[in-house]
Amino acid sequence: MTGGARGIGGAISTLLAEDGATVAVLGLPEDRERAQGLAARLNGAASRIHFYQSDVSIYDQCRETVDAVRKEYGRIDFLVNNAGITRDHTVRKMTVDEWEKVLQVNLSGPFFMIKAVLDTMVEQGFGRIVNVSSVVGEAGNFGQANYSAAKAGLIGLTKTVALEVAKRGITVNAVAPGFIDTDMTKAMPELAIETAIAQTPVRALGQPEEVARLVRFLLDENSGYITGAVYNINGGWYM
Amino acid sequence: MFEGRVALVTGGTRGIGAAITEMLALSGASVAAGYNRGGESAERFASAMREKGAKVSIHQGRVDHAEDCNRVAQEVMDGFGRIDYLVNNAGITVDKTVRKMTVDDWRQVLDVNLSGAFQMTKAVLEHMIERGSGRIVNISSVIGETGNIGQANYAASKAGLFGFSKSLALEMAQKGITVNCVAPGFIATEMVSAIPEAALAKVVEKIPQRRLGQPSEVARVVRFLLEDDSSYITGAVYHVNGGLDM
Repeated sequence: MTGGARGIGGAISTLLAEDGATVAVLGLPEDRERAQGLAARLNGAASRIHFYQSDVSIYDQCRETVDAVRKEYGRIDFLVNNAGITRDHTVRKMTVDEWEKVLQVNLSGPFFMIKAVLDTMVEQGFGRIVNVSSVVGEAGNFGQANYSAAKAGLIGLTKTVALEVAKRGITVNAVAPGFIDTDMTKAMPELAIETAIAQTPVRALGQPEEVARLVRFLLDENSGYITGAVYNINGGWYM
Repeated sequence: MFEGRVALVTGGTRGIGAAITEMLALSGASVAAGYNRGGESAERFASAMREKGAKVSIHQGRVDHAEDCNRVAQEVMDGFGRIDYLVNNAGITVDKTVRKMTVDDWRQVLDVNLSGAFQMTKAVLEHMIERGSGRIVNISSVIGETGNIGQANYAASKAGLFGFSKSLALEMAQKGITVNCVAPGFIATEMVSAIPEAALAKVVEKIPQRRLGQPSEVARVVRFLLEDDSSYITGAVYHVNGGLDM
């Protein structure tokens, strides 16, 4: 689980741990306490959440972390690429650095992680990869050229890897959430949040848990015929 | 999971529809399965379900006849008192290239696959609105996205379901009713085994996973969308196709 300590990722980590999985939560130094907090709230499942400090935008760290997880637990069944950041500005004001940073974390990060786990999954003859994209990757969004490009790119990555491993028992899918009630959304200006809700046909933000259960569904062993798909969950915001 | 809930599945006694009926029934729902032809096999299906402890009723009718849709909806209301879920699954094929396709071939497929979903929806919608809750899942097809030689009518009807679903999803978004599509690829059903063997082999060759899907693999996506907790998913199209169309 990348970015698994908070927001949508926190909900996914929690749900998977509750269902019995051992969850390696990857995050930045400041996520360590959050991950411990998640674990503390889990009755009985706390011991199944393990924090690994790792920056997904640096390939060597992805590699080392994956090696450590595999060494510790012997296998890696599921990879959820959820880590993501925003650096919002209109293109006229967006710096090259803001562009590159978001692409590096949100798009290259998943590539690095997939590259790091794929041999293990091929050896196992089983694997499930879910990439958390965004409705913004499909629809675009004012002030999010970098984020929407990264999230759209993630859909292309998803479909290509899905093709490459289709005969090896590995599925690769994306979920594309709409506006979900997380810190990332709360960081938006109030007016922007109101607009997002007004533009969402069901007139509400989604909850992280609602996305988490969709991810869990795709990770299920019985979801083997679903691959290369993009499952939207957006309250009707984009169809 | 679905105790006390009632589902209506059109074309629910064969193929993908039968798998949906079975999965929902074994998840606790009472399921009304519609069928048109093949009364005996529908009866056999229903008794087999009941032997497994499932609550399944069968209802004869044509989804391309509005009066049948209304009558069946009424039968379900009379029998079970409510309708929580509608799965528009009934579908037919009449395959011919456009040059050879008659207007009647065209109309027949559109009437069942697309207008049938509209009419069945009309028959249950007011009830769902009154209750302030409901789930509608339309079974489309990968062919609705990709097209297919000899299936202009089928492809048009299944693509039409996307537009129908999304419009209805918008109209129902604030009424507690979600409307979604599931788009299966090639699934091991009678409809697919009707494809000549050589043609079917070519189809499988094109599927990245190199296999047909199983009806139950589609049914579980439908079940997921029907759950109470899936309320933020509406106007979506969920593909289940082994990577055939991305």
